[in-house]
Amino acid sequence: MSILVNNNTRLIVQGITGREGMFHAEQMIAYGTNVVGGVTPGKGGQWAVGVPVFDSVRDAVRATEANTSIIYVPAAFSPDAILEAVDAGIKLVVCITEGVPTLDMVRVRAYIDQTDARLIGPNCPGLITPGAAKVGIMPGHIHIPGNVGVVSRSGTLTYEVVAALTARGIGQSTAVGIGGDPIIGSTFIDILELFETDADTEQVVMIGEIGGTDEEEAARFIRDHMSKPVTGFIAGQTAPPGKRMGHAGAIISGGKGTAAEKVQALEAAGVRMAKQPTDIAELVAANIGR
Amino acid sequence: MNLHEYQSKRVFARYGIPIPKGEVASTPTEAREIAGKLGGKVVVKSQVLVGGRGKAGGIKLAVDKDDAEEKAKAILGMDIKGLTVAKVLVDEAADIKDEIYLGLVIDRARRRVVMMGSSEGGVDIEEVAATMPDKIVKVAIDPCIGFRSYQAMDLATALGIPKELTRSFAQIASGLYSAFVDSDASLAEINPLVVTGDGKLLAVDGKMSIDDNALYRHKALAELRDPSEEDPYEVEARRYDLSYVKLDGDIGCMVNGAGLSMATMDMIKLFGGAPANFLDIGGGATSERVAAALRIILSDQNVKTVLINIFGGITRCDEVARGIVTALGEVGATCPMVVRLVGTNETEGRAILADAKMETASTLAEAAQKAVAASQS
Repeated sequence: MSILVNNNTRLIVQGITGREGMFHAEQMIAYGTNVVGGVTPGKGGQWAVGVPVFDSVRDAVRATEANTSIIYVPAAFSPDAILEAVDAGIKLVVCITEGVPTLDMVRVRAYIDQTDARLIGPNCPGLITPGAAKVGIMPGHIHIPGNVGVVSRSGTLTYEVVAALTARGIGQSTAVGIGGDPIIGSTFIDILELFETDADTEQVVMIGEIGGTDEEEAARFIRDHMSKPVTGFIAGQTAPPGKRMGHAGAIISGGKGTAAEKVQALEAAGVRMAKQPTDIAELVAANIGR
Repeated sequence: MNLHEYQSKRVFARYGIPIPKGEVASTPTEAREIAGKLGGKVVVKSQVLVGGRGKAGGIKLAVDKDDAEEKAKAILGMDIKGLTVAKVLVDEAADIKDEIYLGLVIDRARRRVVMMGSSEGGVDIEEVAATMPDKIVKVAIDPCIGFRSYQAMDLATALGIPKELTRSFAQIASGLYSAFVDSDASLAEINPLVVTGDGKLLAVDGKMSIDDNALYRHKALAELRDPSEEDPYEVEARRYDLSYVKLDGDIGCMVNGAGLSMATMDMIKLFGGAPANFLDIGGGATSERVAAALRIILSDQNVKTVLINIFGGITRCDEVARGIVTALGEVGATCPMVVRLVGTNETEGRAILADAKMETASTLAEAAQKAVAASQS
């Protein structure tokens, strides 16, 4: 099993003829992901990286029976791209794009909540089920199949942690980057819930950061609903308040959203917290007696 | 991006929110002229982008135009929390009977814009939230149906707005919501919203923050940015789409990804060093952007060592390496550098850097340790 993406994934790439879209479509195909087509309005009928390009997601779905979409279009067009995919019947939409205005996401999220589609991101690295499907921008080779579920607000920090797990021979069931924006499609809780019921996932690594209260809410969920062990890390322990640390969502405002508060909430919920990201692999290994 | 008080209030006024008569002055003489035109008592208010202006002595009442000139002379050029006052707003003084707080923020947990009101206006709302949370009334607004008049009525009742002012209050609340949404704000607040002696509502002070990601579609608002209020390095970084925050330490950091940047800073601290900055080169950075990043880091006089930590995904290590080589060709290596390049195109990237004689590291811990050691030698 695994969660969300696997061998049944039929992926289309929105923005496949752009610089990033094309580069990563190629990388995903090379990894073995079943990329069935791409979408760029006005370029329907062409081919890119060996797959057909369509004018709209609707055309792409009709021709390829795609069930998953990944978005690499510029921020100004991303809200539309997400909504277009959902309206065309795509059940899992992954938006990589960084810099989508927050109020756009408030509206997009309110719309998606009325449908049965799921959004990952925006401003995220995507997700990967090692050995089966890579739907994102992460370097595939650092992952190996296994039983640790990974969920994170960060991109590159997740690679760091995954690489350390892999170096110890500990594989991953699925690694999901949920994104660093204030309003995102799927939160920690949404993904933790999936890992809890996934037969292939034995334990979970959760990587949070300063800002917001998502980690505190996840802590309550873990305390009340998770039976699998969770190991955690919070980035930004040295971040000054009032300064936005890159991610639109990573800001300590009004004394809220500090790393210390989050660490405390997660520890109280039984999560084993790593002091530094490189310790995570060790804590995970201890859980399986390695 | 934060707007000054006078800029925020001008936006509010366009949405039918009553604000005091007033104008901006950058010299005491100008302040005198404005006060003369307004007649009567005025308030001279420093325009700097920090809270607590009143407590710092940056807001003063003046009884006439002579007094306004004096007060402006005292306030202009004043240092408030590290910022120099270059402008004052000269506003007609309001006859204050009661003070209310009214603000809008994006509530992340509810995924809604939330209107907050408090009968404890005029003070720091975060303090009210901390000490008297029950004094804050909140209304979540559905983005599809917008702010409704019943919600305004509910708020008016909860805040104890006099009956004869509820209609006026509803117009102000609804105007504030429209201003918020139309401007892609992340914060819009009126504090205080004053009930005047003659029974009217007046937005005496205001504040707005605009979502930086939405500025591309708000050209007029984007032009209001005041670079004199910002760190010059941060201004330069923004030109290249770099996310940079100046800090106090001496190890310059260049990292890809916000989470990894924060974790890198945390690691430096853990090994006893101090980061000079937060710098995220973003996803898919080109060599030009990387070169700009390195130039900015090296132009900070405090920097004794540079730590470059790249875990390539959408960012390609060869692009980063080319940027490093370009920047070093221009400014030269002025201090020791520790480089860690892993992920997408790492072999190509390392090959490009092979001639650059830099200290390399294979793990984050090793990189942080080497950078701290170099900064302390």
